[in-house]
Amino acid sequence: MKLAILQFKPRKGEIDANLAVLGEAFAQLAGEEKDYDLIVLPEAALTGYFLEGAVYELAQDAEALAARLAALWRERSAKNRPVDIAIGFYENAAGTYYNAAMYLRVTPDAHEIVHLHRKMFLATYGVFDEERFLSRGRRIQAFDTRFGRMALLICEDAWHAIMPTIAAIKGARALIVPSASPGRGLAGDGELESVRYWREILHAYAVEHGVYIFYAGLAGFEGGKGMTGSSRVVDPRGQTLAEGPELDACVIRAEIDFREVDLARASLPLLGDLNAVLPDLLLDEELLPTLGRDVLGAKVQW
Amino acid sequence: MVTATAGSLPVIDAAASTPSLEIDPALTARWLEAFLRDELLVRRGAHNAVVGLSGGVDSAVTAFLCARALGPEHLWAIRMPYRTSSPASLSDAQSVVEALGCNVATIEISDAVDGYLRHEPGSDARRRGNVMARTRMLVLFDQSVKLGALPIGTGNKTERLLGYFTWHADDSPPLNPLGDLFKTQVWALARYLGVPAPIVDKAPSADLEADQTDEADLGISYAKADVILASMLIGYDDEQIASRGFALDDVRLVRRRVDGTHWKRHLPTTAMLSNTAINEFYLRPVDY
Repeated sequence: MKLAILQFKPRKGEIDANLAVLGEAFAQLAGEEKDYDLIVLPEAALTGYFLEGAVYELAQDAEALAARLAALWRERSAKNRPVDIAIGFYENAAGTYYNAAMYLRVTPDAHEIVHLHRKMFLATYGVFDEERFLSRGRRIQAFDTRFGRMALLICEDAWHAIMPTIAAIKGARALIVPSASPGRGLAGDGELESVRYWREILHAYAVEHGVYIFYAGLAGFEGGKGMTGSSRVVDPRGQTLAEGPELDACVIRAEIDFREVDLARASLPLLGDLNAVLPDLLLDEELLPTLGRDVLGAKVQW
Repeated sequence: MVTATAGSLPVIDAAASTPSLEIDPALTARWLEAFLRDELLVRRGAHNAVVGLSGGVDSAVTAFLCARALGPEHLWAIRMPYRTSSPASLSDAQSVVEALGCNVATIEISDAVDGYLRHEPGSDARRRGNVMARTRMLVLFDQSVKLGALPIGTGNKTERLLGYFTWHADDSPPLNPLGDLFKTQVWALARYLGVPAPIVDKAPSADLEADQTDEADLGISYAKADVILASMLIGYDDEQIASRGFALDDVRLVRRRVDGTHWKRHLPTTAMLSNTAINEFYLRPVDY
């Protein structure tokens, strides 16, 4: 699978202008001899991340955005080639607003939203204020693509170790992580502390579960807050295969071989071990009161 | 091999958790230059910057960053002495201009300040200092229009937290690269950038009165104030901070200054009367 991560640097709120820039990037990618199979873009790629109340002016209907992206790909790629696109965006679902990401399949004469993920962990602390404006997603799912099973996690979704864990248990072999991370922490040795944190947790998830990680970071300053691109591809053994710069737009190109997942899991079978132990973990009677109220109780009601 | 002999094991003491004020100055400079380029060139289409150059370390660092980000030919350093300003301030500012090769203008503010103060013979040092600071901002904004440039602020995090600045004067430029750096971090950045040593090494002063120094005004050194402030900001109470080697009186002094100046770090208080009050209900980001 030939992968492109588009580390995108949008102009705040200017969706049409940003789509025009994306069209230029599509044309650049389509100009290569070998076709790309999957293009991954960051969280809030076409609007910028910090929108406050403007999210209600800029949020998109998922199907309408999918149709625009498919048309843009066909127009700018000038080839009758299919492509898959994963992109983060603010979603207007008939008046309920989400921080969402879609996995879109585009063919010469059709398109299909293969999966729509709505961010579950809405960052709402310090500089972040998502839950003031947005509703929470309710589920993390893995989904089948023509390259294998994957899952989408948006930014803080991936700061909770249980999320990649559940995605892996549900069969994901690659985690796509669109993100918008304002850089902070200057004590590091040439690397922002927030970037180092991302690097370390993504490395740990890749190793523990034997998954590929495609992390797409938004780039550029938003009102003094610098979004730290630093997009990366991590292989199922935890090796970083490529890393984008902190603040500039770029394309990361990678050849992905999903047989690496099987090999990594064979040599370090932690996911298999987890599957074996999981029932004991979940049926732990100390956990049950919590689960009973929030999960099992809800299931009974349904 | 660990043996069971009582009292023979080496003991390793863990350090107390303390906020770090260390910065990687190269990383910091790179980040702030990118900030200035993005905010000026990309977001606002402005190619030139004006900085009020006082001869102190904050404005010197700001000028160095602007020159690196935009090129010295796009930086205008404005020196705005008052008749009682220290001559050393003017010559220190000149050393920055020479180090950078940027544009420079010297605009005396004595006539403007005295023109007003002549009618206010009873004004004390604080009022006179505020009039000077606000006159400098008037000059800086007017020069920015004349030069097709944006004024760049120079306030650091320490003075912002302690409220040690003139409201709607020093804090008014639309961009501020140093506002999230404590004073001791500004010094570290200054050394890395090559700011002339006399500027980095001298006692910081607002230079609004003769022989004034910041640390005498504040009643505490920046070295102490910065660690106390950093500890307060992550939530430690006075006793926790004092237990890390500070006098309780110093800790209380710093907290008093911070708690008494929250208003200085905000826009004016507006009476809220509707469901669409600006910045209360109607919320739009600054770059929208």
